Amino acid sequence: MATDFTLPELGENVAAGDVLRILVKPGDTLAKDQPVLELETDKATIEVPSSVAGVVKDVKVKVGEKVKVGQVILSVDGGDGAAASAPAPAAKASAPVAAPAPQAPAAKPAAPAPAPPAPAAPAAPNRKVVDINRGARPAAPAAGSDLPPAPASPSVRRMARELGVDINTVTGTGPDGRISIDDVKAHTKKIVVAAASGQVGGGVAAEPLPDFSRWGDVERQEMKGVRRKTAERLSSAWATIPHVTQHDYADITALEEVRRKYQKAAEAKGGQLTVTAVAVKVVAAALKAFPQFNSSIDMTTNEIVYKKYINVGIAVDTERGLLVPVLRNVDQKNIMEIAIELAQISEKARARKLSLDDMQGGCFSISNLGGIGGSFFTPIVNPPEVAILGISRGSFQPVYKKETGEFVPRQLLPLSLSYDHRVIDGADGIRFMRWIVEAFEQPFLLALNG
Amino acid sequence: MSSYQLVVIGGGPGGYAAAFLGADLGLSTALIDTEPNPGGVCVYRGCIPSKALLHIAKLVDESRHAKAWGITFAEPKIDLDKLREFKNNVVKKLTGGTGQLTKARKITYIQGHATLLGPHSLKVAKTAGGEETLEFGHAILATGSTPAMPPMLKVDDPRVMDSTGALDLPDIPKTMLVVGGGYIGLELGSVYATLGSAVTVVEMTPGLLPGADRDLVDVLSKKVTGLMKKVMLNTSVTKMVAEPKGIRVTFEGEGVKEGGKEQLFDRVLVSVGRRPNSKVPGLDSTRVKVNDKGFIVVDDQLRTEEPSIFAIGDVVGEPMLAHKASHEGRVAVEVIAGENVAFEARAIPAVVFTDPELAWAGLTETQAAKEGRTVTVAKFPWGASGRALTLDRSDGLTKLIIDPETERILGVGLVGPGAGELIAEGVLAIEMGANATDLKLSIHPHPTLTETLMESAEVFYGHATHVYRPKR
Repeated sequence: MATDFTLPELGENVAAGDVLRILVKPGDTLAKDQPVLELETDKATIEVPSSVAGVVKDVKVKVGEKVKVGQVILSVDGGDGAAASAPAPAAKASAPVAAPAPQAPAAKPAAPAPAPPAPAAPAAPNRKVVDINRGARPAAPAAGSDLPPAPASPSVRRMARELGVDINTVTGTGPDGRISIDDVKAHTKKIVVAAASGQVGGGVAAEPLPDFSRWGDVERQEMKGVRRKTAERLSSAWATIPHVTQHDYADITALEEVRRKYQKAAEAKGGQLTVTAVAVKVVAAALKAFPQFNSSIDMTTNEIVYKKYINVGIAVDTERGLLVPVLRNVDQKNIMEIAIELAQISEKARARKLSLDDMQGGCFSISNLGGIGGSFFTPIVNPPEVAILGISRGSFQPVYKKETGEFVPRQLLPLSLSYDHRVIDGADGIRFMRWIVEAFEQPFLLALNG
Repeated sequence: MSSYQLVVIGGGPGGYAAAFLGADLGLSTALIDTEPNPGGVCVYRGCIPSKALLHIAKLVDESRHAKAWGITFAEPKIDLDKLREFKNNVVKKLTGGTGQLTKARKITYIQGHATLLGPHSLKVAKTAGGEETLEFGHAILATGSTPAMPPMLKVDDPRVMDSTGALDLPDIPKTMLVVGGGYIGLELGSVYATLGSAVTVVEMTPGLLPGADRDLVDVLSKKVTGLMKKVMLNTSVTKMVAEPKGIRVTFEGEGVKEGGKEQLFDRVLVSVGRRPNSKVPGLDSTRVKVNDKGFIVVDDQLRTEEPSIFAIGDVVGEPMLAHKASHEGRVAVEVIAGENVAFEARAIPAVVFTDPELAWAGLTETQAAKEGRTVTVAKFPWGASGRALTLDRSDGLTKLIIDPETERILGVGLVGPGAGELIAEGVLAIEMGANATDLKLSIHPHPTLTETLMESAEVFYGHATHVYRPKR
């Protein structure tokens, strides 16, 4: 008997993906949990493991095709039938939408997610009581997804369009999140007020583009996956976070000597003792000393969330665009361990093997463009983090020594720190920066204070 | 040379709705069509005349059925001329009306054939003679569609008709073949069958009305199969030859088994779909693009690749329905008038006006299955409707396609007498984002068929008044 294997739930807000690679073909013997598909989603490239076992009879998707959760991927002969169509992990019908979904178990999507506390999970669904006052649910998924459209009547939708507001971004306050004209007005007002107070609203419609073909040939390309997500996230970060960037040099002449000395040892262990690896350790120590840099802002409750763990994200330049994998608990690792892990995760990023999990839970990000060049830039904070360190290329500069009255060549590393001015004051910003600079200059401080 | 802010090419329900709104919004407007008055295929040789005939067919059918209720009528005498006249009068009245409305709005109506000269001008070869060149700020192409006539089915003989020919009602043939089991074939086939023809329907696919949900079609098929002499599914026509005694048709497929490979028919109606009229003369003088299916390419504001030219209705894509066209026409005009609007309807209702009528709007169960989308379907059979029983029509079915998570109504399907009227409530529910509770809590008049919509919503929650489901 043939069993169909359908695309299981992949994680929070992931409804579909583009097939990058198909890892099985008809006739293959398929084991449970064996990867069958490589899928590029908005957030990550995911290997989809099979929830059925048997002999692959038919592959129903093609490379490049967009597949949705629930769509049949392949049929398997002699399938054990168990979990043929993996049931949606969370109790969909009753899970309160406000409850944050747990870290999506992207690696094992077929395993039921540890469901968020599902109150009133009805034992008998046909006796379900409908609670009209379920409260506002977040707006329906963004346009382009295939989930039910935003719950708004034609007149409300039209008004939103006229105001240049994407109806899918409006939060409805009516029963079941129904969006009223007042909701659209309130949403628009919020954007206008935000714009007036200096925060350029993310929801404000972009200026219409001119007809470029008047000046020459153009080609339009769809923004897909990582590119689109990057554009959305950065617009939102830029629009909501009041950024300040401070620059400084760290004298790494001494550090470089040590680094070169131990480079071989690191390579022997499969790592790369890079400036980034050292920076991760420096930042980990700095975050301990300056807890406001390891926080997030919750504007809805007017609270600052302080984190008791230290995970650092590293911006990695890949073929598909910018990805930020996260190194976990770096305060508990030494530089050598970090160097090894960094090499592994960068490789994983470039090989498109990062899971969603690999890219979540960061506290602070580091972006090192030094390998390419440049001196100083203004990195953009990666929300919900509140600060990011940009590293440019180190170079020898003449430095004046007062004691001897002469210039000496020193290797200086340009550092740029951007932070969220809502939680971090300028003075704290420069204190944090000085701390980092000194740690680079005197690695002993790491052992002393870190 | 005269100049207009808006010129609409094609006076069908899409084109004239666009022109009327254009004038209402203060645009100087011209409307070009080949007929003496606006109306297009829909009014002249489509929706309207066919409905006039279907109404009569229903009356005849009910009069025969009345025997079961103790009323026996004599077999009807059919005066074909009078019948045709009634139908033609309906058309005349309606097109006369649209003509008057055109004048009242001070729209320049030009009868003739238009040829585009570029993004801002066109010429019309007038039916009355002569040529006129117009300049326009914006134009809307509303050129519609024509019945498809595949070369294999093209026989140069008046006995082989398309829908236009069949609506002319030349006679009531003894035998008739309807090629294509879509809505046009079934509607016109039922008219002829009721009036006395022995009608055979041949359909290539395994079922009538491809695309519609099977449970709804099953109800319709049962009645239609009884009315027709024969319905041959999974069967295609391979050859048609006109002979003095009739049209000799060669079949291939399942239907051959009982009907024979070759059969003779007095008349043949070819209703295998419609083709967009996208070969607008002079289109190559503009940047308007046509896709590989023959539809003019437009964005969600109905704008073609040529910024000054819009296109609406059958010529831009499926479904080829009058109400879709008029909605698009109005949207296009609003965009031209500077409003930031778009075609964003969530439900375009489709109605098959056979008896029973079949109608749906929004998501169908078939489509949901195709997309692998999880939906809950709540059905209410009309056997449990008091109103249906008073009509002696318990064969109907109402169903809702519901998103189990939000309980929103995503689609509505209906089969039964009056389904075409009932579906409007479904459209409103979908457009308003109503959920099953909304429908359930809205009081519906008793006894009416509309209650079946309310009770379907109750079925979703497992406690419909007139449907008992033992608890699991």
